[in-house]
Order: sequence, then structure tokens, then C-alpha cells
Amino acid sequence: MGDGMRAVAVLAMAVLAGSAARAEEKLKVGFVYVGPVGDFGYSYQHDQGRQFLQKQLGDKVETTFLENVAENDSQRAFEQLARSGHKLIFGTSFGFMDPMLKVAKQFPKVDFEHATGYKQAPNLATYSARFYEGRYIMGEIAAKISKTHTVGYIASFPIPEVVSGIDAFMLGAQSIDPNFKVKIVWVNTWFDPGKEADAAKALIAQGVDVIAQHTDSAAPLQEAEKAGIHGFGQSSDMAKFAPKAILTSLEDNWGPYYVGEVKAVQDGTWKSHDTWGGLAAGMVVMGPYENMPADVKAMAEKTEADIKSGAVKVFAGPISKQDGTVAVKAGEVMPDKEILGLNWYVKGVDDKVPQ
Amino acid sequence: MRIELQPRLNPPRWLGFAAPVAAVAVALLIGGVIVANLGKSPLDAFLVYFVDPLTQDWSLEALAVKASPLVLIATGLCFCFRANLWNIGAEGQFVAGGACGGALALATHGADHAGPLGGSWILPAMLLLGILGGAAYALIPAVLRVALGVNEILSSLMLVYVAGLGLDYLVRGPWRDPAGFNFPVSVNFDPDATLPTLIDGASLHAGVLVTLLVVVGAALVFSRTMFGYEIRCVGAAPRAARFAGFDEKRLTLLVFALSGGLAGLAGVMEVSGQIGQLQPSISPGYGFTAIIVAYLGRLQPMGVLVAGLVLALTYVGGEGAQIALKLPLDVTKAFQGILLVCVLGADVVTRYRVRIVGRVMA
Repeated sequence: MGDGMRAVAVLAMAVLAGSAARAEEKLKVGFVYVGPVGDFGYSYQHDQGRQFLQKQLGDKVETTFLENVAENDSQRAFEQLARSGHKLIFGTSFGFMDPMLKVAKQFPKVDFEHATGYKQAPNLATYSARFYEGRYIMGEIAAKISKTHTVGYIASFPIPEVVSGIDAFMLGAQSIDPNFKVKIVWVNTWFDPGKEADAAKALIAQGVDVIAQHTDSAAPLQEAEKAGIHGFGQSSDMAKFAPKAILTSLEDNWGPYYVGEVKAVQDGTWKSHDTWGGLAAGMVVMGPYENMPADVKAMAEKTEADIKSGAVKVFAGPISKQDGTVAVKAGEVMPDKEILGLNWYVKGVDDKVPQ
Repeated sequence: MRIELQPRLNPPRWLGFAAPVAAVAVALLIGGVIVANLGKSPLDAFLVYFVDPLTQDWSLEALAVKASPLVLIATGLCFCFRANLWNIGAEGQFVAGGACGGALALATHGADHAGPLGGSWILPAMLLLGILGGAAYALIPAVLRVALGVNEILSSLMLVYVAGLGLDYLVRGPWRDPAGFNFPVSVNFDPDATLPTLIDGASLHAGVLVTLLVVVGAALVFSRTMFGYEIRCVGAAPRAARFAGFDEKRLTLLVFALSGGLAGLAGVMEVSGQIGQLQPSISPGYGFTAIIVAYLGRLQPMGVLVAGLVLALTYVGGEGAQIALKLPLDVTKAFQGILLVCVLGADVVTRYRVRIVGRVMA
């Protein structure tokens, strides 16, 4: 009996020791999402990045995620992850900025990365993607496709990322059709299929025949499909939701970035930084160009290549504000700092930025 | 055959204690079956969900910080609900309080505070403004009801959205941090406008103590004062209250002001102690969750305290379950719902005798 007990104890210790050794090699990586992973939009795409990371690095990482975390109640989520042994923690929404800054100070040995924010610390890096580059291409496509010369634009919140998206879209459209019009509906949410669908219906009733969206659900695209008009996918390839309506999707591609950051932590080379990559870096990817004539597709592909090579800069002058004042002179390019804080529309947008 | 509920005239005392315990046991059983079906160990889930948060310093702090606004608001709601008045707008009063107190923090931001007081007056003044803001906001539906007979359920609920959009406007416009890349957030509050923490480097802020004091105070008001009796009387027997000479209109205004004031206090403490700045949204729905807390606590301040802690436990434990067991969020949310349904069901069994009545032949 005694021997049996000892055998069990030894076995248990061996198992424990084994799992401890494995746990040491494994880097625990945490993710905090503002939306549900099932939104098929922004949070879904970050989670695709997490799954890519898990697949690439296999048993070298253990990933954990918390979804649907309210921004004004998020500090505890980061603290729980840091306390439970996670050494690299990604927060993917702007509103996590100050909570992450607080928790980063509290846990100097844990590295944090915040998407779309602007506050850094020695163990808090920021990263984002130049989505506006893709929106420029979408604007060009819309101007070629639309028969009513008007796009309906469903926007979430009037923050710089969204405003610069509208501006880039219109700059792209105006490069094809200087009199192109945009109707904007602010839905004040990132993800609410009901509200987004209502906004799409209202815009369709006003006669738009292309819908663009800066919200995360596939609902606007599905409304476009029902109405027999066109639309663009957001964050992931949404072709399966609207095979006839979809023109292309603006896809977020976080996987390779996450793999790189995790490897840096494992090598001990991770440093705080501010990364802002676009099409060239592969952080923004255009979905397949569909449901459009061959010449439009060729144009889109050329613009995509030109943006990647740097031959086309989206915010290159001359750019005028709505009231006609020159914002960027010919031959100049808007500095990143200004794009990051953009809160005015370019000339030709017949609307006001909500204040 | 049908099921009949007969009110128990004298519910046995033991049932009052046994029913909630049985309810939790049933909820655990259902939760355990769900977890087992997902291929995880129900015992692990139980430990992570209910035991871990209660055994570590930091998670106990997190519990207290999360429960504090819920308990404070729910204690205020007890005043209204006991008087049979339906203040559904605590969420709006929370926002109004946070905005009024926060306004002072923004107005004094970066200023030099000369004089003997220095900046020490700012925080107390903020708390006071928070109370006044919440109370004033709650008085709108109260006055409308007293003066015009407007249904307070609808008016207080609709005012929630008005408050939310009002704060949204302020933070996007006049209160926006000029150095914030146009993002809709205010500057960070100065140390003078921030609630101190009780332990250095911890998240436990002084607001938790304020909440405890309020709970004890409210319990005394209900059990020991004429005012407490008046509230109960107006709620339970309005006709008798009128014969006794209680002024129903005055009472309506008072309980609304009290409950709004406490919601406002919770709002300003959340802004000052937790968030540290003003944002378009400062509450993950505390004002609505507090309605559940008030009822789970059977409209008793001490009961509310326990209910608030239990609900906070389901949040903190739910996150722990997502991290440690990789349980989906939906399961932890579903479990919250199951727990509430079981507890409310047990409440019915306590107050009523359930009888199955056979069809009687005519």
C-alpha cells in the first residue's frame, strides 16, 4: 500500500515537473477585444490573427482572449491577464488606452501592445494599420461603378481614423469623378447589425447605388445585396455574405504582425514602438476585386500596386478643406501626425463632422 | 389540472435562508452540466468562478471596486422602490453626477491652487456636485409626476439616453483634450481631483468606504426613522398613508432626489476613482444592473450589499473562467442569467405555496 502511494506521488511529481518545464518555454499571450469574436469584423479579424499566431508558433505559445470587454471597465481585464502569467498582452480598441497605461505601469515586466492609440511607455507599444490606403482604392472603384454618382457611407464614430477614411475615400473618388457625392450616416456604434441595416436602408431609399461602411457587421452589405446594388466588405473578406453585391473588402491582417511581436519577446529583443503599417507592410489587404468590369479591376490593381510602391500617396497635395482653404499644397504630403488627428472633410463632402 | 400560487401568511424562517442556498445549488448544477458538456471540468470551473476571486488580495479589491457603484446605486433605488415609485433612470443620474463632478475636475485642471487650502477642496466639492447633479436629474421625472402626473417609469428611462448623449456631446466638443488627436476623451484628472486609493499601488479607492457608510446609513433610516416608515407606508398602503397625514408628493420628490443623489455620487466616484477622465460612455450599464441588485437584495441595504458582491463575483469570476479555462464569454453570461432566474424563482417559493390543483367536477 505504502509503495503504491509512493508510486502515485512520484508519478504526480513527474507530471507536475513536466508541465512546469513545458510551461516555461510557452509564452502566454493575452488578447482583449472590444467586440464579440463573432462579429466577422474588427474583433473577429484580430482573433483570426491570434489563431494564425497559435498555428504558426504551435506549442511555443499559449493564447488567451477576453471578448466584449467594455472600454470603461477594461482595467480589470488587463490586470487579470497580467496576474495570470501572460507576458505579452494586446489590447485592440482605442478606449483601452488609459487603462492599459495604468496596468503597464503596475506590471513593468509584462509587455503590452495597444492598437490605434497614441500613448506609449517603456513596456507599452502602439500599432495600427493605414486603412485609409484601402479606402482610397474603394473610392476610385465607387466613382467608376456608381450610376447615381453618389455613395452611401455608414460611419461609426467621428474619430480621426473614421474621418480620414471618409477623406481618403473621397480623394480616391474625386480622382475619377470630381463631382462625386457622398451621403454619410453616423450610427455611433462599431457593431450593431440592426442599426447598420437601418442606416443602409435609409441610404438606399435616398438613391445611392454603392454603400461603403466603417462599421463591423455584414448587415449593410447584405442590405446592398437585397437591393441589387453594390457594397464593400469591412475588416474580413465578406464575399460570402453578399456574393453579387461585393466589390472588394478592406481586410485587416494582424497575424504576421502578432507572430513577429511574439518572436521578439521570446528572443528578448522586444522594445516599445509605434508601428503604422499599410498595404506595403501587409497589415492592410484588399480582398478579391469582384463584380466589376475588367478595366475597373485593372485600375484598382494598378492603384494598389502604386500605393504599395509609394508612387501614389493618398494624402498628397493639393488638398482643400470644405471651405476652400488649402490644407496641403501641391507637391507636399500631409504628415502622419496630421492624418492621425484629422477632423475635417476635404472639399466636395457635403456634410459636417459631428462635433 | 393547474398550478396555483397561494401566498404564505407566515413564511417559515428557515425557508428564507434555505431557499437562496438551494437556488445557488440548482444554478451550480445547471452550470456544471453545461461546462461538462463543453468538455471542461465542472469542479475547476467552480473553483475559478467562485473560489479564486475570494482568495487573492487583488481580486478581492477588484470585487469591492466593481460592487461599489452597483451597491451605491441599488441602495438609492431601495428608497424609490419601497415607496412603489419606479426610478428606472439611475443610469442617467449616474452619468449626470459623473459629468457635474467631472466638470469641476476639468475646470481646475492644471491650475495653481494658492491659499491655505491648496487643491484639497476640489475632491469634496466634486463629490458634492456629483450628488447634486444626480439628484437634480432625478427630480425631473419626480416633478413631472407630481405636477403633471407623467409616468415616471417612461420619463426616467428616456432621460437616460438624454444624459448619455449630453455627455457624449460634451466630451466630443467643449471638453475634448486638445492634445488628444481629436479623440473624444477629456484630459486626465489632476491628483487633486482623483479619489485616493486605500492601499498604495492598489485599485481599491476610497469610494468603497463611502459606499459602506451609505449602506449602513440607509439601513438605519429604514429601520429606525419615521421617514423610513413613511416610505414603506406610502408604498404598501397609500390610502392608509394619506389618512396618517403623510405627504405623498413631498415624499416622491425626496426619494427621487435621494436615489438620484446616490447614483450621481456613484458616477462621480467612478469617474474620479476608476476612469480618471471623462469619456463618451462612463458606465457599462451600472444603473440598470443595480435594479437587479436592488431586487436580489430584497430592497434591504444589507441585502443589496451582499447581492452587489455576488454579482461582482460573477463578473470577476467570469473573466477568470475565460482566462484559465478558455470558457466562452457566452457561457459565463448565461450562467449569470441562470443564477438570477434561480434566485428569483426561490423567492417565489418562499413567499408562495405552490399547489397543484386537480380539476374539480362540477
